[in-house]
Amino acid sequence: MNRRNMLAAAFLTIVSVFLLLGMLLIHPFGSPTSQAMDQYIIDNTVEETGANNGVTSVVFDYRGFDTLGEATVLFTAVASVVMLFRRLKK
Amino acid sequence: MKGMSTIVKTIANISFPIITIYGLYIIAHGHLTPGGGFQGGAIVASGLALIAVAHGSSWIESKIKEHDLSLFESLGALAFIGLAFFGIIFGGVFFSNFLVDTSMLFGNIPVGGAADINTGGTLPLMNFAVGLKVIVGLFAIVLVMALATHKKEDSS
Repeated sequence: MNRRNMLAAAFLTIVSVFLLLGMLLIHPFGSPTSQAMDQYIIDNTVEETGANNGVTSVVFDYRGFDTLGEATVLFTAVASVVMLFRRLKK
Repeated sequence: MKGMSTIVKTIANISFPIITIYGLYIIAHGHLTPGGGFQGGAIVASGLALIAVAHGSSWIESKIKEHDLSLFESLGALAFIGLAFFGIIFGGVFFSNFLVDTSMLFGNIPVGGAADINTGGTLPLMNFAVGLKVIVGLFAIVLVMALATHKKEDSS
């Protein structure tokens, strides 16, 4: 077993231990640690955004930055695909 | 890519308006029912991809250029960011919902959970912007890939 393989084995062990610890220490499924923001959105979404669909009000209003990033990802993907295949077309 | 048989073309022509209307419904009712700009845009883009497969990419290319699709995608993105910046001007913060609780378009507030299309403030407008962006963006990807393979087959 050479030096490279031993290094890889040590790195793999450390990463596995961290992942297993994260899996064991995670809080129970279905009981989030803080519910204050969820309850605020449930209570106030109709008065503040006027939308019946709470998910849309979160996506486009409360967390609009998230959607802006998503739209940027799509824009970048389309731009790169068009750039790549326009050269193939010629 | 050449077009497929007459049967496929006819069925695609019949189902294309239905798919488009369903996708536009998903976009327009994004603030009332599940769905929104991304989902409805993907539905309409899949209908356009069906037309592109049935009729062949060269037929589509004679109708619309991917240059125009890029233009419309940029318009959708600019409308989305522009609405967010209008939030700074009229509401004080980025992405502020400045149209809600006014007498303007989409300004109503639903009373008792009643389904009213004229609610939501800027949410329906943002849904339209994102929907336009997703429709032309995904269709541009499909069209550009189809045209690239088509030209390559011709030359070889």
